[in-house]
Amino acid sequence: MIELTNVKKSYPTRQGQRLVLDKINLQVAKGQKIGILGRNGSGKSTLIRMISGAELPSSGRIRRSISVSWPLAFGGAFQQYLTGLDNLRFICRIYGVDFKGVVPFVEDFTELGIYLREPVLHYSSGMRARLAFALSMAIEFDCFLIDEIIAVGDSRFHEKCMHELFEKRRDRALIVVSHDPSMIKNHCDCAYVLTAGRLSAHESVDAAYNFYQTCLQ
Amino acid sequence: MAFEHDTSFIESLRIQLRVIGALLMREIVTRYGRENLGFLWLFLEPMLFTLGVTALWAGSGIRHAVSLPIVAFAVTGYSSVLLWRNTATRCAMAIPPNMGLLFHRNVRVLDLFWTRILLEVAGATMSFVVLSTVWISLGWMEPPTDVLRVLMAWGLLAWFGAALALVVGGGTAHSDMVERIWHPAAYIVFPISGAGFMVDWMPRTFQDAVLWIPMVSGVEMLRDGYFGSAVRTHYSAEYLALCSALLTLAGLVLVREAGRRVEVQT
Repeated sequence: MIELTNVKKSYPTRQGQRLVLDKINLQVAKGQKIGILGRNGSGKSTLIRMISGAELPSSGRIRRSISVSWPLAFGGAFQQYLTGLDNLRFICRIYGVDFKGVVPFVEDFTELGIYLREPVLHYSSGMRARLAFALSMAIEFDCFLIDEIIAVGDSRFHEKCMHELFEKRRDRALIVVSHDPSMIKNHCDCAYVLTAGRLSAHESVDAAYNFYQTCLQ
Repeated sequence: MAFEHDTSFIESLRIQLRVIGALLMREIVTRYGRENLGFLWLFLEPMLFTLGVTALWAGSGIRHAVSLPIVAFAVTGYSSVLLWRNTATRCAMAIPPNMGLLFHRNVRVLDLFWTRILLEVAGATMSFVVLSTVWISLGWMEPPTDVLRVLMAWGLLAWFGAALALVVGGGTAHSDMVERIWHPAAYIVFPISGAGFMVDWMPRTFQDAVLWIPMVSGVEMLRDGYFGSAVRTHYSAEYLALCSALLTLAGLVLVREAGRRVEVQT
């Protein structure tokens, strides 16, 4: 269970403190799949970083009783001068996972071949996306956090990602944030809309989608 | 603001040690690479510097009234500077290049600082030990007379360096100004840090003034352990420990605040 109670987050700006998230309440049970819709700059990524624990809320409480992934985005959080394998080794050490055990999966999934032993600096954006996704699948979590998924890579890569995430790990919880509703429609049980720092719950994904449409007008 | 931790202390400690271990390995590989001499640079760098300083001093023919072996004097002096200067300099602006790592919940801002502090202290210690061993075996330097006191002085100086690094590192997270001030400050403190003189050479009035500088006590204590009764030293280990304790406290507060306010970005 992940439980957010009255979470607020504000950032300092030149015009003073700016409230980005305002009294967010949210509960995610094991196996539940939640979509959060919101426009660019509505605070989606901030919310994901709060849930992941990478940043701390200004006030309120976040409890996690299941293991929660880091925010999976395809930019990476890589160390540019390290090789793909060194990046994997680092993540395995951080999460206490056996490195040798996951190398075959990463080799197979990324299809990077000799490039796994080259610095990430020399990767194309597609190669980076493949590595980033493989690294996050190499560590098993009860809940995956997904920030604007899978606009990169070719269709084959896209399919492989979908297979790993939605077939093989269909028993896990998911929190997906996106400004693109189709992904949320296809994969989530319920949806929320984030507008002006407030999170609104909706009865169904369709209801949330309709509300989001009116917000876009 | 309340933070609840369901994790027990032991479990938290295990996680933190694991994370710092991972960061250490990563830092060594990114800084020194896998090729050439690799992580040997960790202590070859300070070693080369100490060698250069020793050569300069020996070559310039400075003969002090005190019959002090110049090599041992340079080694003890410069090595102790490394302990506080390198740790603090490496911790200044340590967060931005490591921002991506903070995506992982268990990597906290404090861990980034511990990692760099540990690496610098380890580097300075290795260079001190290796250099001393080489010079002693070549007969250029006498072995220390009181090893225990040397170890204690070294430990105190390392603590001071770590505490200063937390303050400087935590400070730079709040304002870039701290980094700008730190560099000139380090240059100004260097000549009065006790590395290049003995307190006993000073006039009486200066002695009291210079002993307010915490690292002076550390270097004097180190030399007391090294040269024993051959030199007269003036220091207060208690004063150095007190300064380190206060700096540690201030540093931890600064780093905690930095961790609360950090904005994680790729």
